Amino acid sequence: MIEQLPVLVIVIPLMAAPLFVLIGNRKLVLLLTQLVCWTVFGITVSLLSRMQYGPISYELGGWPSPYGIVYNVDYLSAFVMLFVSGLGAIVITYAPKSVEREVHHSKHSLFYASYLLCMTGLLGMCITGDLFNVFVFLEISSLSSYALISLGKTRRAPLAALHYLIIGTVGATFFLIGIGLLYQMTGTLNMADIASRLQAIESSRTMLVAFAFMTVGLFIKMAVFPLHTWLPNAYTYAPSVVTCFIAATATKVSVYAFIRLIYVIFTPQFAFERLPLDSALMAFSLVGIFVASAAAIYQTNIKRLLAYSSVAQIGYMLLGISMSNVGGLTAGITHMFNHALIKGGLFMVVGCFALRIGSLKLEDLRGAGKTMPLTSFAWVVGGLGLIGVPMTAGFVSKWLLLTSALSLELWPVAVLMLLSSLLAVVYIWRVVEILYFSPASHLAKTAKEAPMAMLIPTYIVIGFTIVFGCWTVYSAGIAHAAAESLLGITQMGGVQ
Amino acid sequence: MTPENLIWIAMLLPLVAIALVFIIGEKSPNIRESCTIGIAVTLFWVTTRLAGVVFSGERPSFKMGEMLPGFEIAFTVEPLGMLFALVASGLWILTTVYAIGYMRGHHEKNQTRFYACFASAIFAALAAAFAANLFTLFVAYELMTISTYPLVTHHGDEKAKKGGRIYLGILLSTSVAFFMLAIAWTWTVAGTLDFTPGGILAQPNIDGKISDFQLSVLLGLFAFGIGKAAIMPFHRWLPAAMVAPTPVSALLHAVAVVKVGVFSILKVSIYIFGIDLISETRLGEGANPIMMSDWLCYLAGATILLASLVAMTKDNLKARLAYSTVSQLAYITLGAALATSDSVIGGGMHIAMHAVGKITLFFCAGAIYVGAHKTNISDMRGLGRAMPLTMGAFLLATLSIIGLPPGGGAWSKWFLALGTVQTGHFWLLAALMVSSLLNIAYLIPIPIRAFMTPAGEAPMKFKEAPMMCVVPLCITAVGSVVLFFFGNEIYDVLLPIATSAR
Amino acid sequence: MTDFLGLYNYWIVIFLMMTGFYIVIARENLIKTIIGLNIFQTSVFLLYITMGKVTNGTAPILTGSHSGESHGAESHGAEGHGAEHGQELHSAAEGHLESGVEVVTEIYSNPIPSVLMLTAIVVGIATTALALALVVRIREEYGTIEEDEILEMDRNS
Repeated sequence: MIEQLPVLVIVIPLMAAPLFVLIGNRKLVLLLTQLVCWTVFGITVSLLSRMQYGPISYELGGWPSPYGIVYNVDYLSAFVMLFVSGLGAIVITYAPKSVEREVHHSKHSLFYASYLLCMTGLLGMCITGDLFNVFVFLEISSLSSYALISLGKTRRAPLAALHYLIIGTVGATFFLIGIGLLYQMTGTLNMADIASRLQAIESSRTMLVAFAFMTVGLFIKMAVFPLHTWLPNAYTYAPSVVTCFIAATATKVSVYAFIRLIYVIFTPQFAFERLPLDSALMAFSLVGIFVASAAAIYQTNIKRLLAYSSVAQIGYMLLGISMSNVGGLTAGITHMFNHALIKGGLFMVVGCFALRIGSLKLEDLRGAGKTMPLTSFAWVVGGLGLIGVPMTAGFVSKWLLLTSALSLELWPVAVLMLLSSLLAVVYIWRVVEILYFSPASHLAKTAKEAPMAMLIPTYIVIGFTIVFGCWTVYSAGIAHAAAESLLGITQMGGVQ
Repeated sequence: MTPENLIWIAMLLPLVAIALVFIIGEKSPNIRESCTIGIAVTLFWVTTRLAGVVFSGERPSFKMGEMLPGFEIAFTVEPLGMLFALVASGLWILTTVYAIGYMRGHHEKNQTRFYACFASAIFAALAAAFAANLFTLFVAYELMTISTYPLVTHHGDEKAKKGGRIYLGILLSTSVAFFMLAIAWTWTVAGTLDFTPGGILAQPNIDGKISDFQLSVLLGLFAFGIGKAAIMPFHRWLPAAMVAPTPVSALLHAVAVVKVGVFSILKVSIYIFGIDLISETRLGEGANPIMMSDWLCYLAGATILLASLVAMTKDNLKARLAYSTVSQLAYITLGAALATSDSVIGGGMHIAMHAVGKITLFFCAGAIYVGAHKTNISDMRGLGRAMPLTMGAFLLATLSIIGLPPGGGAWSKWFLALGTVQTGHFWLLAALMVSSLLNIAYLIPIPIRAFMTPAGEAPMKFKEAPMMCVVPLCITAVGSVVLFFFGNEIYDVLLPIATSAR
Repeated sequence: MTDFLGLYNYWIVIFLMMTGFYIVIARENLIKTIIGLNIFQTSVFLLYITMGKVTNGTAPILTGSHSGESHGAESHGAEGHGAEHGQELHSAAEGHLESGVEVVTEIYSNPIPSVLMLTAIVVGIATTALALALVVRIREEYGTIEEDEILEMDRNS
């Protein structure tokens, strides 16, 4: 049983999804979905705890690598899987009342099945060691997220989903083209095998084109500025629960894929020395951070505000990755984790507001600090994490980024990064002022506090942002181990 | 009870206060306030015990844990921090008593939140006072900003919102943009952030990791980054924070918040740079070399004068006191920038002297508001008949602020003046003299006019502010005079910070 | 010259890719956009399949006259048809030469790209189905499937 854990983490939700569609009874499906999600989370915890003994390699169907598909679990993939499944489990525990309100009940079992499929796709992307498998799981998670997004209340939801579908499919197809070109060059689809074969090849145009296509494809999925245009609409018009889950996980898993692309397959020597990827990435990320943060300040819809904030935060992750030393990579990976918690928590707060107040416009949230004190306080704490106040998770990532940038003598990057955090203060505090300092709006006056069933998961997630702001052994510590092993692999020659 | 235990007990007490205040809540305000006072008294007792240990030469320390590899939350008590902790914990008791009188006399709302945030601000002050490294200090500094925001915006109206915006905006911007950068730079260059006698930047400077000019820039990043020290042009938050209820202005903006600012500047100068490094690093050669901290000396001097001049134009008593605080804080910054052993000790003494003096003045301002409903100085003529105790206390405290004996501030001014002479900055000596005159000009008329008869009107009847307001302010007024007689003791206590480097 | 024209498969791939991509970008009718997406995806299928053809290779189907190693006679390590600079690639065929198997004398085309494309085609169909379902929903809500009209309606609401 223990040896089968790597595949069970995929098989359980994958098999559960169509089964639940067949079952149909929405209450039963909800319960079973929660059970499945927590089970998967348990499996990822156990996988991560086994990483101290070394990485795990699981051959699907017994076919030996590099002919068969191999699932590789190392620190990085176990870490990402942990927070993806963890957030998936917490959000589904938080979900019932919100889904009741926002999704028509004939669609509930389909909703939960798609949720499981999305989680399967994301987990699969993390665990697989085969490049085409990455594409397949990418498409599984994307298709199910298109379906989930389209279940939003307003008529703009299917439009946002279609827009995302088109852009996302273009991105995935670019990724596919890149895979094809790589296959042409190396004859294999196993990531470690490709890496070792690529090393024998001096730079060729095919390699560059493959790299370019794959990078652009992943940039689209990561919502890097300026390829982010699908994100604000998709996050805003989706049901609250969907936004919580996807905002916390989907883009991060694409960042994970990008890390694998640069650090395992193409090696940092190729990406950073032969191509000026580090400067390009830094430039793109910084521009993205500023533009997106500035855009967030002017929003009137709270979900849209957080969506633009997410685009900016992806910039921080990429900034860390572009500093190709252990410190920078640790910072990027830690921020993936921290931001998943913070954004997940903040969107859960928004979901509470959506449930009770019924509107997402900032002007309708005015004065909600009095009628919904616990929810508003959760916003304050989560917002402080986003700003990067010490003792919160956001501070840990910012501090790691700052110290890595300074150790590489990248002064402009450090200064710009700090200035951009100030923009976050503006848009977070705007909402705080609206909640606490404005006379109550009509909708906020009659709102009750959010139900405990939703508040408790929200506070658990927000609480973790404080916990991981003080006790970083399991966030930055694991990220550091992951970064070291990533950079160590390339030094060793890339053989698994 | 070992000294190490005393440290964490001292910091735990305000946290216990927060919990108790929230648990008791609005159900029983008297019990709630008694809890706070009880804990404040216990805290003062603990800090005096700790002070006994520290002032006799020991440096107890306590490590809490590592937040990130290489960055730990640790506490080590040295004389300067001990003095700050004593002042903060002692004045907490008095301010709580005063706040009870003020908040109830004024029928203020949200008192639970008020007392809880107060306790958390004291916690932040203690954490800063005991901090063993820059990282811990930074964490405590930001915690102070966050926990005082609800206090500044207590009234929750439009004015409070605007004031809070300036307060938070300036403090967070400076700390993130400059302070954090300075700390990270220091770590990159020196490899450590621990407060060490003699500083940690001397060796990297010799090794070439940081040039003399860069040292000056780093000093600037610290000086501007520590926005709570209210050096111009980042001083605007102080007058903006006057929208807060007066107990807040009293404790926080005379004692806790602003003192964390100048305390941090002193600690950075003494234990990160080292006063030898600051006083000996020259920029440029030649007959008249510029010292690396000269620009900061003159900026502090300018702040002293400009703030005093602005204070003279303010009719609102709290606004005048706010600008007076800006000016007085710059004294301490000047002490740090001059970097002689006398000026640094003078700066440290001023933390205590100014705290006690200024808190009295703010207490009086609040008492006048509660008792006579007046905020503008021009309305306060003849008030001395109605409120003789208040105005008498005001007069006593003014002496300390001006720097005249028997006010305690005379000592700190004396040592600061010594520092200017020792470094040859005679213009700054002149600035100190002029500022004393300006202090007289904008502070003395207030009590003098209060004791004069209002023209044409009948003398006011005796109607003091509530007892719970008047007693604390009398105690602190007397305290500012008592401190004058302990000037020598305070000097001896602080001497180790200036000499341990040698 | 023959090399140039001999790569005509790739020219078609590029043509289809650009056509499809253009149709996706040009903001017209939603159905047209989906069709464009399909054409774009089809070009990628063609790219892979072209890659799989080995010069003189036949269809990779075992006709049963060889002792079957269930491990498969996949001729891993394809000589890519028209690969960029004709670089020699590793041929992993050695791994299959275990005892008992006769040396293969036939040349097979690489079946893997075709197999991969089966998956990709299925993904494409799922995407198209989902997209069409969304268009149906949009039509119900907005009454039109012209993109500019929809944007106009959204701007006005």
